[in-house]
Parts: sequence; C-alpha cells; structure tokens
Amino acid sequence: MDIKKIAEALDQLDAEAREGYDFDHQLIPGEEEVLQISLRDREEIPVYLTLTDTQILCISYLWDDVEIRPETKGEMVEMMLDMNIPMPLSSFSRIGSKYAVFGALSLNSTTEDIAHEIVTLSDNALDAIDVMSDFLK
Amino acid sequence: MSLLKKIFTAIRGGATEAGEAIVDANSIRILEQEVRDAENHINKAKQDLTAVMAKEMQATREIEGFKKQTEEYETYAVEALNKGDEGLATEIAEKIAGIEAELTLQEETKASFSAHADRLRELVKKTERQLAEYKRQLTMVKTTDSVQKATSAISDSFSNSNSKMMSATESLERIKKKQRDFDDKLKAAEMLEDDNSDASLEAKMKQAGIGPQNASASSVLDRIKAKKGA
Repeated sequence: MDIKKIAEALDQLDAEAREGYDFDHQLIPGEEEVLQISLRDREEIPVYLTLTDTQILCISYLWDDVEIRPETKGEMVEMMLDMNIPMPLSSFSRIGSKYAVFGALSLNSTTEDIAHEIVTLSDNALDAIDVMSDFLK
Repeated sequence: MSLLKKIFTAIRGGATEAGEAIVDANSIRILEQEVRDAENHINKAKQDLTAVMAKEMQATREIEGFKKQTEEYETYAVEALNKGDEGLATEIAEKIAGIEAELTLQEETKASFSAHADRLRELVKKTERQLAEYKRQLTMVKTTDSVQKATSAISDSFSNSNSKMMSATESLERIKKKQRDFDDKLKAAEMLEDDNSDASLEAKMKQAGIGPQNASASSVLDRIKAKKGA
C-alpha cells in the first residue's frame, strides 16, 4: 500500500462514502511520508495519515503540554484513560509533548474504511477538546 | 530486557522529542538480523526435516522388505522340513536369523530417524514462535520510529509554513464559529425562501381580489360619506 494511492482513492470517493465531508489533502515529505487531510471547515485540526510496516495510522493532535492547566493534569490524564474505551475507534495518546487521538487500521482496509476512520477521528478530536476544555488554559 | 521495557525507559528518560530516537537504529538492525537468522534457522530445519523424513521412509520400506523376506524364507523352511531336509531347513533358518538381525538394526535406525524428525519439528515450531515474537517486537519498534518521524515531518512542515500553531481551544472555537456561520447562512437562506413564498402568495391573492386590498379613491370616499351620514 502506498500513501499516494490512498490520497488518490480518497479523491475518487463519493459524498456518501465521505460521510458528507469534503476532504482536502496534501503530502508532507520527510523521512516518513505523511498525508495531511483537512475536512472542510475543520482545517484547524487536520488528520494525519501515515503507513507503517503493518498498519495505517491516523493521528489528530489535540493540544500541547503547555496548554494544560497544571493543577488539573492528573485528573485530565485519568479522564483520558477512562474515556479511551467509550470513544469509538480512536484512542488517546501522547507523542512528545503533544496529546493526540489516533486510530490504527489494517493495511488491507478499503478506502471507505479509511474515510470512515478519518471522519470518526475528526469527530472524536473535536469532541475530546470540547469535553476536556476545563483542563486547558 | 523486553523491548517494551526499553521503550518505556527511553520515554521515561525524556527521549520523546523529535530527532531523539526512542529506540536506536542499532536495536532495529539487531532485531532485523534476529528475524533473518530465525527465518534461516527455520528454513534449514525444514530442509533437514525433509531429509530425515525421507530417510525415515526409506528405513520403513526396508523394514517392510525384510519382513516380507522373513515370511518368504519361513515358507521355504517349512517346505524343506516337509521334504525332510533338515540340513537345508537349518541353512534357511540361519538366513532368516541374518535377515532378522538386519531388521532389528533397521528398526533401530528408523526409531532414531523418527526421534530426530520429532526434534526438528519441535525446533521449527519453537523457532516459528520466536520469529513471531521478534516480528511483534520489530513492529513495536518500527511503529514507534514511524510515528516519531511522521511527527517530526509534521512539525517541520508547520515551522516552514510560518503558520502559528493555534491552541486546541482556539482551534475548536474557530471550527465552532465556522459551523455557526454555516448554520446561520442556512437559516437565513431558509428565511429568505419563506419570505419569497409569502410574497408570491400575497400577490396571487391580491390578483384574485382576496385578502386586504389597497384602498381605492372610491372606497375612501365611500368611507367618508358613511362617516358624514352617521
């Protein structure tokens, strides 16, 4: 599977498969290629897609360590653990100083599955920021 | 040390920032080498197993042959005895004893091949389990590595574009505002649609002389006259 092919396949999807959202994407070059996918009107919180040997990873960054109200950090982390299973398809994580939600898919996933993952992840990211905003500055 | 523990220790030690490898490239190379070695071992063991199984089958065939020969010579011995030729019968019996000795030897050989084959099968299974474990660890380390590199590519692209990284709450607020704007526009369009249909209905009614009509000069005059007369 090739990240450019995924980008092309996403372009071919009809509105129903995109669950009503318009996708815009751009390839970020680097040692590890990343596809940045922006949903229309949600450009501020894009979904990043990257391939590993065994899976497709979709990641949305939520906030940085510095955005957290320090006195609430412990509670926030516990809430994230508590919310991990109820949150459909995505899990909380942290990469460096950035908190994130992510979902992992099989390399054999269909383009529809990937689109569903992207939309769900975006929904989850917005919901997560919304419900966790008390912990943020 | 398990790989998960290595990753745990590296993260705990703060090796999470871009450019700092959580698992050094050397560990990945070592793991990849271990995967290759395990795969080679499995291939070698499978080849050995094939050879041993072939020898095992050969031994089985020879055992069958010796058994058949024994049966055959036993019939001859019986025939010789029937003919009263004790000397020949003894000679045949010696032959049978010789075959039986070889049979025993061959059975021992076969048992040793079987045991060897069993050991090789066990080895293949064990190495396959080990290979699966190496591959699981390699997935772990490569995924960690990929995510780290991807994150660094994303950060680089951000700093290159000179765009300010917005805070999560700012981003959410902007997205919500766009959603509200969109909803407002939708509502305004609906209202406009409603107004338009109201206006056209009124026009139709007016044309049909239904509903409140514009006052005409004659109706005003009628009204004044009526007031005067009162």
